[in-house]
Amino acid sequence: MLDKRLDLDAFVARLTDGMTLGIGGWATRRKPMALVRAIARSNLKDLTLVAPYGGPDVGLLAASGKIRKLVFAFVSLDHYPLDPHFRAGRQAGAFEVRELDEGLAQWSLRAGAMRLPFLPTRVGLGTDVPLEAGMKTIRSPYDDGELLLAAPAIRVDAALIHVHRADQLGNTLILSPDPFFDDLLARAADEVFVSTEQVVSTAALGLPANARFNPFERSVVSGVIEAPFGAHPTGASPDYGIDLEHLKTYVASAEPQAWADYRARFVDVGPAAYLEAVGGAVRVGALPAPVY
Amino acid sequence: MTSDFTLAELCIAACAEVWRDDGEVLATGITVVPRLAAGLAKATFNPALMMTDAEVYLVEDPVPMGPRGDYAILPEGWMSYARTFDNIYGGKRHALVAPVQIDRFGQTNISTIGERGKPKAALLGVRGYPGNSINHANSYFLPSHDTRALVAGEVDFVCSLGYNPARWPDGRQPRFLDLRRIVTNLAVLDFEGAGNAIRVRSLHPGVGFDEVQAQTGFPLERPAEVPTTPAPTPEQLTLVRETLDPHGLRSSVFKGDPPGVRS
Repeated sequence: MLDKRLDLDAFVARLTDGMTLGIGGWATRRKPMALVRAIARSNLKDLTLVAPYGGPDVGLLAASGKIRKLVFAFVSLDHYPLDPHFRAGRQAGAFEVRELDEGLAQWSLRAGAMRLPFLPTRVGLGTDVPLEAGMKTIRSPYDDGELLLAAPAIRVDAALIHVHRADQLGNTLILSPDPFFDDLLARAADEVFVSTEQVVSTAALGLPANARFNPFERSVVSGVIEAPFGAHPTGASPDYGIDLEHLKTYVASAEPQAWADYRARFVDVGPAAYLEAVGGAVRVGALPAPVY
Repeated sequence: MTSDFTLAELCIAACAEVWRDDGEVLATGITVVPRLAAGLAKATFNPALMMTDAEVYLVEDPVPMGPRGDYAILPEGWMSYARTFDNIYGGKRHALVAPVQIDRFGQTNISTIGERGKPKAALLGVRGYPGNSINHANSYFLPSHDTRALVAGEVDFVCSLGYNPARWPDGRQPRFLDLRRIVTNLAVLDFEGAGNAIRVRSLHPGVGFDEVQAQTGFPLERPAEVPTTPAPTPEQLTLVRETLDPHGLRSSVFKGDPPGVRS
């Protein structure tokens, strides 16, 4: 029987320097932070990060010096609009950037997922986004003759996605009210590593009642890493909300000494010590949904 | 002269006006004043508007800002991230957002200030501005009307397009480009000047045209008669204060929460 389960060390061992990694989730929601912290602890370097809807995943890897190039549409902590580590890195020119519109990124991922070279769109025309990225236009071959942008496909070597439940075969459930574009990212990836709140039996996935929460078929998934509270400090609703208090600590860690302290407490530690440092399973499990 | 409403409340009422004649579209208001304005528009003169809980559900009643206590949202539909874009591509949306820079073409910037490779300030990133601006109606809110926000020349990084033929594909105006208004702490501007030039639509009470022009990095069109921005009605003030913003988040939008009529 197939068994795709990996631990964090085995997951990191599947990655190599210079890889292009895609990160799922959205700003402060369902980011695969346990996997991101494992990468931050590793010796991996020169990564190209495709994090179109960025949050503390981007800031943490920027502060850890892992990013050679960042592909993104925004980096935000939502309640704290700007991530200080992303900001500092970008203002210092510490990594190359390719900035995309949120919808353009969706379209580029879709092209990658469909194994197409590009998809046509109006999004981006007239702005600096396609000019900076060297994107090309294409004319409609039909009577309208409209000039459109050819949104270039995005493919990644590996995608990191946090899910709520998975079985050892790689069948998954994303139970959040919004799955974002993780399905497209997964299909635009050569390999997909899912961290999951729980590894459960296939029967316990609760199909067919949960069919609409099953984002992609198991052939898309290469590895399953059990990581309870693995999205923390981002939220994994409905299991737990965003840890605004922790994000406050994170936002305050911009100065070198503060970052060294943060890193020692929350990054250079294993999952069990991490959970302890952020208040334990009972506290994190009870984090309320955010108010917007 | 004193007023019984604040500048923030005046701006909320002026922002609400952008959705008056829109019918059944998604009203998206980002940041405090635009969001309260969207709720006010829906609760008063345009009940057909759709809006979200700022997360993932369409709601029948505007969700109040801040801690909600026992308040439960009344969802009427799903507006997932994917569906948000599907709706954008269909054009049934009017967004009122708060960029950092706007130029004379109505082009806006929220990405970087200064030299692109090593910016003086790295902001959020372009977000969905490019796609919004070429697919549906857009208006803007600027809490600080000055020459750093309303810039001379072009914005530092063009995130949303405007009425600048030099940037249009084939030099033709994109079919769905539709800029409506700019509401600031001094005035309401629109794009109804010659060739969609930015025009002063109304001046906030106690503000003169010359001051607005002096705080703007490009020439503004001046109609023969410039009306005064209407004061919020008592009904609007009650809705904003008691229902939409019971915790008074609007009071921190402008330093010192000044009155709506400048003395």
